[in-house]
Amino acid sequence: MNRDLNIKVHHLTRVEGHGNIVVNMKDGVLEKAHLSIVEPPRFFEAMMKGRSFHEAAIITSRICGICSLGHQLTSLVTTEAALGLEISEQTRLLRKLLVHGATLQSNVLHAYFLAAPDFLGAGSVFPLIATHKDVVLRALRMKRVANDIGDIVSGRAVHPITPVPGGFTRIPEKAELLEIKRKLLEEALPDGLETVETMKALAGAIPQFERETEYISLKHPDEYALYEGAIFSSDSGLIPVENYLDVTNEYIVDHSTSKHAKYNRNSYFVGALARWNNNNSQLGDEAQAAAEAMGLKPNCYNPYMNTIAQVVEAVHCILDSVRIIDKLIDNGLKNEKPNQTPTCYGRGIGSNEVPRGILFHDYTYDNKGNIVAANCIIPTGQNLANIDDDMVKLVPEIINKSKAEITLALEMLVRAYDPCISCSVHLLEVDFIE
Amino acid sequence: MKPQVAFFDFTSCEGCQLNKLNLENDLLDILKHIDIVEFREAMDDKADFYDIAFIEGSISSPSCVERIHDIRRRCTTLVAIGSCAVNGGVNAMKNLHPIDEVRETVYGKDKYLFATLPAMAVSAVVKVDYEVRGCPMTQQDFLKLLISLVLGKEPPKYGSPVCVECKLKENECLYNRGMVCLGPITRAGCDAICPSFGQFCTGCRGLLDNSNLDGMLELMTSHGISLDEAKKRMLLYNSNEVQL
Repeated sequence: MNRDLNIKVHHLTRVEGHGNIVVNMKDGVLEKAHLSIVEPPRFFEAMMKGRSFHEAAIITSRICGICSLGHQLTSLVTTEAALGLEISEQTRLLRKLLVHGATLQSNVLHAYFLAAPDFLGAGSVFPLIATHKDVVLRALRMKRVANDIGDIVSGRAVHPITPVPGGFTRIPEKAELLEIKRKLLEEALPDGLETVETMKALAGAIPQFERETEYISLKHPDEYALYEGAIFSSDSGLIPVENYLDVTNEYIVDHSTSKHAKYNRNSYFVGALARWNNNNSQLGDEAQAAAEAMGLKPNCYNPYMNTIAQVVEAVHCILDSVRIIDKLIDNGLKNEKPNQTPTCYGRGIGSNEVPRGILFHDYTYDNKGNIVAANCIIPTGQNLANIDDDMVKLVPEIINKSKAEITLALEMLVRAYDPCISCSVHLLEVDFIE
Repeated sequence: MKPQVAFFDFTSCEGCQLNKLNLENDLLDILKHIDIVEFREAMDDKADFYDIAFIEGSISSPSCVERIHDIRRRCTTLVAIGSCAVNGGVNAMKNLHPIDEVRETVYGKDKYLFATLPAMAVSAVVKVDYEVRGCPMTQQDFLKLLISLVLGKEPPKYGSPVCVECKLKENECLYNRGMVCLGPITRAGCDAICPSFGQFCTGCRGLLDNSNLDGMLELMTSHGISLDEAKKRMLLYNSNEVQL
């Protein structure tokens, strides 16, 4: 069909940050199809220059409110690697509990508030309060339990307070952890299983589209990797975190204030679907059953199914949080002070999975413990080239639909990635010339 | 008619807006008293006029300036939420370095591809009627302001330092625990949340009027950090306010 098509979605809604969708087709030839990132640049790496290791995580958590815990913990792991700070088993467990809380809250927020309105033909979650009140209340309850983990263990869920280099400034009390466990089992778990039923009922509204690509996530020998691990590519296998620059290969494009990334191919996918494809065998029975119920199978190449993979992870996070709390209590909570005495100075590289995918921080410290160079590579930035490549394949496949339908399919595609645009323009590469 | 309320984000992490969505227990009650007519992060709808516009984020590019003027023209009451909007917040740290160097640090030879301005408070560009401070703003502080506006009352003002709230919570002073804290010069209203969780105050709510900055620097340096380090701590959230 020799069609002309011009789509411009200015400031796409229900995503974090400012992005425009631009598609131009002339006489049936696709001239342009991309997500244009127009968020003002923030220059975080430039702000980090000269800052003490006590402040690095406080600053980088402000890259993004939604991902603040992920940035904070990755910053701490990076600083600890650079300064040779060992952490305790208890610190590691408390951090993993926080990761589960943040992942649960972010995945629930995305699935219910940002993605689900599309499945129901609504413009936001607000009209659903009248039509689907029990579902909205369930989403709010799940978010609340997830945020309780953040509020109690880290002081507050947005921009956590207690996680610092070498440990925590406050250790939660046993009674507080038991109360979280009670809510997880009595509220979040039944709500999580109900969520699976709801998503199963909505699965028919998920567009059928496939594009096999490279999937990159962390991989951990003993568990479904969220905190710590090695980089894993579905194309080429394991890569040490220290070699992350070989994977990300960032480059600047003129339609985006956020840099793009590529590894073995023109683009790669990070996030819940990449984690699912790379590590699904490490999920427990309940999460596996949830995936099966919602029609998510290993090696899924439909990017719209990222939302479903997030719901599977929500079930995992609820149950694994209970396991971690049991372990913390079995071990006996110790009132440990953070270990903040550096044993070396230099460069450190850290990586964790955050809700939107694999995150890298890379700092170099001088011998006073102040930052001389910093680099942060953000999941959404890594996904941008993949989103553009999806659009290029998708538009010709649905070209016979109306402009409104094509626009909606593209908006839903971008939303499925749960992009975090503030993060992606925090901005890059940084060698400060002294 | 219920007040028509809108939320807008500029250069920021959107954490303050997220904190509103984290008011899970109160959200449905709040919606009984206001109509949210525009909130890009959560909904598709757009409106022409707003009784109350909440603004998150700093003004840091020419397009931000244009947008904030447009919003100001179309709203009755404009509220800056969070430190980025109130005084520039952490974004303003970039103002301490020459702008060309900052751009080059991040974009290298492509430094002129994207326009940028110094990170400014919203009040540096348009009239701001009220503010909710903090990084992030606290949910309770936001609710107090919203309730006051809906009821047509004057919202609470905070004229004391964080130290006062910290003492009321009977926390041990962090200076006694070997830490350096900005509580003495920072505007209260956060319930001293950071010191209560064992962490020093970073000054995210901005400076009290007539703060004794020299005295603050003296206190900090007498507790083992260099003058240079003390100044950096003070500038973390106050780069647009402090001349050192």
